[in-house]
Amino acid sequence: MKRIFVNEEWCLGCHLCEYNCAFANSGMKNMALALKGKKIFPKIHVYGNDKINFAVSCRHCEDPLCVKACISGALHIKDGRVCIDKTKCVGCYSCIMVCPYGSLSVGETGVASKCELCLDNACGSPACVKGCPNNAIVYEER
Amino acid sequence: MKQYVIIGNGIAAAGCIEGIRKTDNDTPITVISGEKYPVYCRPLISYYLQGKTALEKMDYRNKTFYADNGCNVIYGKTAEKIDPEDHTVLLSDGKNIPYTKLLVAAGSSPFVPHFDGIETVEKKFSFMTLDDTLSLEKAICKNSKVLIIGAGLIGLKCAEGLKDRVGKITVCDLAKNVLSSILDDDTAPAVQAHLEQNGIEFFMSDSVKSFDGNVALMQSGKQVDFDVLVTAVGVRPNTALISGIGGEVNRGIVVDTKMQTSVPDIYAAGDCSEGYDLSVDKNRVLALLPNAYMGGFTAGVNMAGGNKEFDNAIPMNSIGFMEIHIMTAGNYIAEKDGGTVFCKKTENDIRKFFVKEDELKGYILVGNVLGGGIYTYLIREKIPISTLDFENLQNDPNFFAFSEEIRRKKFGGVV
Repeated sequence: MKRIFVNEEWCLGCHLCEYNCAFANSGMKNMALALKGKKIFPKIHVYGNDKINFAVSCRHCEDPLCVKACISGALHIKDGRVCIDKTKCVGCYSCIMVCPYGSLSVGETGVASKCELCLDNACGSPACVKGCPNNAIVYEER
Repeated sequence: MKQYVIIGNGIAAAGCIEGIRKTDNDTPITVISGEKYPVYCRPLISYYLQGKTALEKMDYRNKTFYADNGCNVIYGKTAEKIDPEDHTVLLSDGKNIPYTKLLVAAGSSPFVPHFDGIETVEKKFSFMTLDDTLSLEKAICKNSKVLIIGAGLIGLKCAEGLKDRVGKITVCDLAKNVLSSILDDDTAPAVQAHLEQNGIEFFMSDSVKSFDGNVALMQSGKQVDFDVLVTAVGVRPNTALISGIGGEVNRGIVVDTKMQTSVPDIYAAGDCSEGYDLSVDKNRVLALLPNAYMGGFTAGVNMAGGNKEFDNAIPMNSIGFMEIHIMTAGNYIAEKDGGTVFCKKTENDIRKFFVKEDELKGYILVGNVLGGGIYTYLIREKIPISTLDFENLQNDPNFFAFSEEIRRKKFGGVV
């Protein structure tokens, strides 16, 4: 299965991935309308300082702890991907409590929010990777 | 004929079914379900009262779960007795079910202490099952005055669920602190104050001495008027099936890291079991949903002839009350026991860390809980904190505090 991998030596810390993620998941056609002046809720986050940066999103683990810890049955595995049924999530954040990568975040409505590799939105493959100017994140089989 | 039998139909049972099917796709599984529902998410009962979820959203797995996994579920019957020689389970209807390997996932029962005059209270409930919840829901109206005995996780979740549906909620507890199983003196008062601001009344270090109809006389001499009583004092593991046949039982059914009991071919998992707790390096009852799933899954793999151990269970809770969030895990080792305690308080946030012998042993976060899983990971994997920028990590849990080599491994390969 293709997953997102990080090449931190190439990451500029530009945060474009965060904007592309928020746009791809907004369901809107115009990026400016979707994001301008709004608080964004990306599913990928760039960490680091002025020298080292790296972008973290869901690792789509082969044996995901978040799915085991989910109290509502919202998190599940779909063809190898870890997906979330937002209508079932109640925002207890047990997933955040067990994710060893700090990958999950909280979405606009207060329920948990996570990367689903853009396979269920109009983008069709990870928008963060498509928009990365320096191949600091890649989408491939490893 | 070879057959797996599971006593109980909760989260540990679901984990067991999925664990068995990792290894064995053919052998039939029989599930004995006392409740008349497919496996549902018990921790959601308060969210149901609150209107944050609906009955049809509370199923733990999809509608075809049992069929897809070759399970026959017997609803509305309980297991009365196990015959370990014959390898059979006697059901409440007198039927005997043969097993090759058996999982006891019988859960726990609410502990209801005796109060003088309790028989004069007309509307009284526990808060554990869906049926408890539906009965409680029928008994309340928007003017109800609810008295909840117990300021633990169950009592306070019940308070949150009822808050906008009743007139008044009073909570009492013999303990000094709310949530005394997961919070301490530094953190509990902030949470209690937040709940008080949301209209919950507390009588702490106090409990009911006696009841007279709709009046509770407290040990302190105060009186509380109420219409509806909820007792949420605690739960007791259901161990009788194993103690009844001479199997090893302490507070819970004792299991090893493969989830096997002292009785051959019988496993146990979930709230009824007492397994290895890494945070205290001994067996303990850890009645928590994630551990129920992981224990059940481990049991399932082993029942089917696989080889799996569950050797890194720790207590851990992530829970919110009226917009304040709490995340805790591990063992709160005090300074007097050789621990080093780091505590950072800001206006909306408390972060507390317990370190001993170069390892993070426990943490309490109140407020911002993002990235808390990285702390849980440090505890469960016993990562030496001298290899990390721990100062930075306390404020900002992310992998910047780890070495480049670890980051390359974690984010550059399949995990």
